Amino acid sequence: MILSVKGLAFQYPSREVLQDINFTVAKGDFLAILGVNGAGKSTLLKCLNKVLSPHAGTVFIREEDTGKLSRRELAKRIGYVAQRQEGAFATVFDAVLLGRKPYIQWEASQKDLEITRKALKSLDLEGYALRYLNELSGGEQQKVVIARALAQEPELLLLDEPTSSLDLKNQLEVAKIVRNVVQDNQMCAVVTMHDLNLAIRYANKFLLLKNGVIFAAGGLEVMTPENIESVYAVSVKIKEIEDIPVVVPV
Amino acid sequence: MKHKQTDAGNLQEKDSYHQYTHKKKVVILVLAFLIVLLAIAAVNAGSFNLNPLQVIQSLLGKGSDASSVVIWQIRMPRILAAITAGAGLAVAGCVMQNNLRNPLAAPDTLGVSHAAAFGANIAIIVLGAGSISSTSTDAVTINNPYLVTLCAFACSMAATLVILLLARIRGFSPEAMILAGVALNSLFMAGTILIQYFASDVQVAAAVFWTFGDLGRVAWREVLILACLVIFAFIYFLFKRWDYNALDSGEETAKSLGVNVKRVRQGGMFVSALIASVAVSFLGIIGFVGLIAPQIMRRIIGGDHRYLIPASALMGSVLMLFSDTIARTMVAPVVLPVGAITSFFGAPLFLYLLVRGYQRR
Repeated sequence: MILSVKGLAFQYPSREVLQDINFTVAKGDFLAILGVNGAGKSTLLKCLNKVLSPHAGTVFIREEDTGKLSRRELAKRIGYVAQRQEGAFATVFDAVLLGRKPYIQWEASQKDLEITRKALKSLDLEGYALRYLNELSGGEQQKVVIARALAQEPELLLLDEPTSSLDLKNQLEVAKIVRNVVQDNQMCAVVTMHDLNLAIRYANKFLLLKNGVIFAAGGLEVMTPENIESVYAVSVKIKEIEDIPVVVPV
Repeated sequence: MKHKQTDAGNLQEKDSYHQYTHKKKVVILVLAFLIVLLAIAAVNAGSFNLNPLQVIQSLLGKGSDASSVVIWQIRMPRILAAITAGAGLAVAGCVMQNNLRNPLAAPDTLGVSHAAAFGANIAIIVLGAGSISSTSTDAVTINNPYLVTLCAFACSMAATLVILLLARIRGFSPEAMILAGVALNSLFMAGTILIQYFASDVQVAAAVFWTFGDLGRVAWREVLILACLVIFAFIYFLFKRWDYNALDSGEETAKSLGVNVKRVRQGGMFVSALIASVAVSFLGIIGFVGLIAPQIMRRIIGGDHRYLIPASALMGSVLMLFSDTIARTMVAPVVLPVGAITSFFGAPLFLYLLVRGYQRR
């Protein structure tokens, strides 16, 4: 197991967001976290790498209690891509090099530059290295931040709605990249998503959140019309078109 | 996958990133060279006529008594004060703008400068540290400069600590810290107005005169204190440069990259406010350098703090040294307030850069 979460809970002063969350993620897993807006998806993700501090429970990464790891040590194990990207005035290369931050003591070493180049290459971004972030399209920017997370050489990738603001082509491309990266590098990914079709197509594990608790979790077998209806309050049918499962609201 | 292979965007060769960083280093070297040139010009300029040979002789300790005094006791401390204060205010502004994620953050906007002015007013008017004298250059002098400096420093640090405490206790966001700074600014301005309203015209003149920044106020000891502090802060900021780069990508991303955002922000704000307080207490209010020098350099070499911190410091020194030399020579022997000159030349330059937009690479 790379990640295991035990009894995690989080609350804002006015309300409880997450209660008693338990799940594990193994090597090669692409876990999609699904649920309506406000179900606590993003909050859960942020609790996993201490961007938010959970009020109860423990998160283990390879048997190590993340509560006892420093931020720097945690950043060597977990890469994170936030939902909204804030516009830093930087080139693509520098933005990806920032992923080496947890390893850099005083100045970036040759190895850091090499890993940065490798991360750029794995996302087909070499041609953009010296372009400024604000000159890129939304899809390209999303790839840059994923490349930055990869440069951290993490075992676990956390992605907060990485496909929400992308067009159809880029949605498929980014989801595919995440799946391939996870499989090629023997890591795992926890990804919050709104698009059920994309999730069913590319993820292999699913976690349905409803009102801050886990409604269902597991492999493709949990993605039943009944479960989806209970979580989203929309009745759906799941059909296969050319062997690709598709969720259709009815 | 297809992608555009523009010349500048291509990283086929491993060297191109080095070339790109090399250009930034060249800009930094050019700025450093500019400071040396300006310093040479400044040491030769002044109302006491000295030719370059006499200047060199004095610098080597072989000049006449009068020229030695002019060079070593008047011009050199002044030049070094310009370099250190300019660099200090500029790096302070650079770090504040990053820490608070606001391009308007600077010692002036956060209440540091006006708090210092309020302190100086208390010293001059309430505690009687100011009076009139009849020297040719300064119509008004300060009797007790140490008291004024001390009061100015105490008030500006108090303003800083109030903001930092509010941020710590109430979990202030960067926006709220800026707003708190604006509120403190107007509070101290109001306090200053009330004190001045009940003061005699001589006292008001002395107090107003203090607020015009003047690099001629410092002697070697003050320059040394300021220089030590600025060097310490500069090294501290350089150690944190990767943290600042991470902060530019947003607070959550910075945390996920291993940055202790709260601690980095408190440290950065404290150290930058400390430099600004000391500089303002010694020299009076010198506006705009802290805001403009980092903004100019951001537009020329980009937002990477590995280069932005040294470049901002050097730009601050250049602006200050240039402005002070102009201030001393334009209507010599009258010395114009350097704060006005920095704004006078800095603002148009900045407007030009704003209109032109960011330098691409």
